[in-house]
Amino acid sequence: MEKYLYLALFSPLVGSLFASLFGAKPKKLFVGLVASTLLFVSLFSSIYLLCYVASSDNIIHVKLFDWIKVGGINIPFGFIVDPVSVIMMVTVTTVSAFVHVYSLGYMKHDEGFNRFFSYLSAFVFSMMVLVMSDNFAGLFIGWEGVGLCSWLLIGFWYKKEDVAREINPSISPSWAANEAFIMNRIADLGMLIGLFLIYWNTGSLQYDKVFENISTLNITIVTLIGIFLFIGAMGKSAQFPFHTWLADAMEGPTPVSALIHAATMVTAGVFLIIRSYPLYSQIPDVGFFIATLGAFVAVFAASMALVNQDLKRIIAYSTLSQLGYMFVAAGLGAYWIALFHLMTHAFFKSLLFLGAGNVMHAMDDELNIFKMGGLRKTMKWTAIMMIIGSLALAGIYPFAGFFSKDKILAVAFDSNHYILWFMLWVGAGMTAFYSFRLIMLVFFGDERYKKYGFHPHEAYWYMLLAMAPLAILAIIAGFFEESFEHFVTYLLPEYHFNIEGIKEVGLIGITTLIALSGIVFAIYKYSKGGFNPKWKENFLYKLLLNQYYIPIIYEKCITKPYAKLSKIAWKEFDVRIIDATVDFIAKIIYISGFKGRVVQSGNLSKMLGWMVIGLVILLLLVVLYSPVR
Amino acid sequence: MITLTHYLVLSAILFCIGLVGVLRRKNLLMLFFSTEILLNAVNVGFAAISKYYMDLTGQMFAFFIIAIAASEVAVGLGLLIIWYKRVGSIDLDTMQSMNG
Repeated sequence: MEKYLYLALFSPLVGSLFASLFGAKPKKLFVGLVASTLLFVSLFSSIYLLCYVASSDNIIHVKLFDWIKVGGINIPFGFIVDPVSVIMMVTVTTVSAFVHVYSLGYMKHDEGFNRFFSYLSAFVFSMMVLVMSDNFAGLFIGWEGVGLCSWLLIGFWYKKEDVAREINPSISPSWAANEAFIMNRIADLGMLIGLFLIYWNTGSLQYDKVFENISTLNITIVTLIGIFLFIGAMGKSAQFPFHTWLADAMEGPTPVSALIHAATMVTAGVFLIIRSYPLYSQIPDVGFFIATLGAFVAVFAASMALVNQDLKRIIAYSTLSQLGYMFVAAGLGAYWIALFHLMTHAFFKSLLFLGAGNVMHAMDDELNIFKMGGLRKTMKWTAIMMIIGSLALAGIYPFAGFFSKDKILAVAFDSNHYILWFMLWVGAGMTAFYSFRLIMLVFFGDERYKKYGFHPHEAYWYMLLAMAPLAILAIIAGFFEESFEHFVTYLLPEYHFNIEGIKEVGLIGITTLIALSGIVFAIYKYSKGGFNPKWKENFLYKLLLNQYYIPIIYEKCITKPYAKLSKIAWKEFDVRIIDATVDFIAKIIYISGFKGRVVQSGNLSKMLGWMVIGLVILLLLVVLYSPVR
Repeated sequence: MITLTHYLVLSAILFCIGLVGVLRRKNLLMLFFSTEILLNAVNVGFAAISKYYMDLTGQMFAFFIIAIAASEVAVGLGLLIIWYKRVGSIDLDTMQSMNG
């Protein structure tokens, strides 16, 4: 079995290294093919491991080698395949394998084709390390690895110039990449502190040992650990107040948005909470905070998606909002439901993003949905698949989102957090509305693109083929709910619902009702030509369109003062004190050399004189300091 | 009675004479003479101490120094003659083609 574990883990790495050999060379198709093939090797190995773990209830645990062994610290490079990590492995490799195939078409005319596949496979490897590691240190390595690959891929088109925020809210790919990286760095500091606290108090970073000892610790320490780990999770999963980077990360190529910023990397925060469930189930107060923040972000992000005009940003806000749902489930102790929503969300969200990629391709990278419309005539299959994705996102039976999202709402209601439930319920309505607003504006209505001189065309057949499995999964994944629950509750705690019968049906009915009314409202409004332009003057509209002015507030209150502070530190402290000290030492040496160079006159008798003086000094020293008098 | 001290005093006086010669003289030939005086001052010291301790090593060393001094003078004089043929002077102060 270990063989399959290594295959699943290392074939993306091999693919990445292979592609990196051709990184600076012009496009070579076989580079992408090899990387994709290796991803499929990884996918099939993961599925095989899933079948093995499911059928035998065994956990595969291997220790590759000792990594850090200093004094009392012993951190091995170990990997574990248990129900939680194997579900993550299958989700990650499924989405990434199809995204790799899709990228073959999407990046066809890009000069960085080989480089792209190298980064993309490196990302998958880092993600696999993150989910498969059996200790917090390995998880952190993967955590930083995915952060690095995310930075590389957001800034993939790093040659684009910076533009004003009014024209493009994300300014430029390299700006967005740096923003994402720095935001994550700030949050990762919290995570690191959490890891240090864990090591201090339990003496180990291995999951099993840490979770064994966690119940013996002081509750304050456990709370602190929980808070600091969650700060790390907030950064990676782009929860408020670290959320601004995710929307800006849409500057990266669309397959990257689908893979990293929707399906896999951003869910790492949720995964961390799920993985550390023995810790979080000790501290329900922190859990409640997580759930509250999740519910807030669910509504907050959905509200921004309502008015945005950028195709990819709408889907990015929707990702944020769905991550909020996952955190609600994880915070309220329904860990398996969070994992379930994570999985279904990965399928339909990557599907939506890939569809958006097709639309972008057809529209020469135009992103404003008000310049599109009526695209269903030329892009039938993309339209169908995006509608499937949107239905799944809105949570309509029988699509995948229905099962997982309804469960989260049921959990919120069941644990008597009616306010949270209400927020999520409103969020569900908004989700349905903005999804179908997007569908209506892009695929139906007038063909506004003609005015702008676009000539849309359907994507290549293999790009559609790569999307098809995701579309199928977005439809059927929900039906695996019971077997999924049975499988992961082998490790994760079960969640017992108190509500039954008519109440449960009623809840589902109410949720479906608001989702349906959101869809109907969007279809009705936008088939009639949309909202009145007067709405654009509305304060609320401007507030939402400008993302609550948060990026501007951040810039004014944090970035600019920080830049000023840095400038002071540079001009006053660095130049005047540190540089001056170093320069002073150098100057002394320089001046003494300048003064002393007359010694080297070239005159032999003078030089002999100096030699004799030196000799006399040495003799004197010998006489003065010799131990024998 | 001539004791070790006398020899050592002689050696020191000779060494000082040689040192002053090395420092003060400007003629390269005189410099060679001074060097010889320096070396032989040391030789006197070696021979005297060797006799005092009844150890032949010092005298052996003196022989080595004589041999090395001879070869040094041979090479040095050869160079000196070539230098004189080229420049027409063996004054030390004229030999400063490199200075800082």
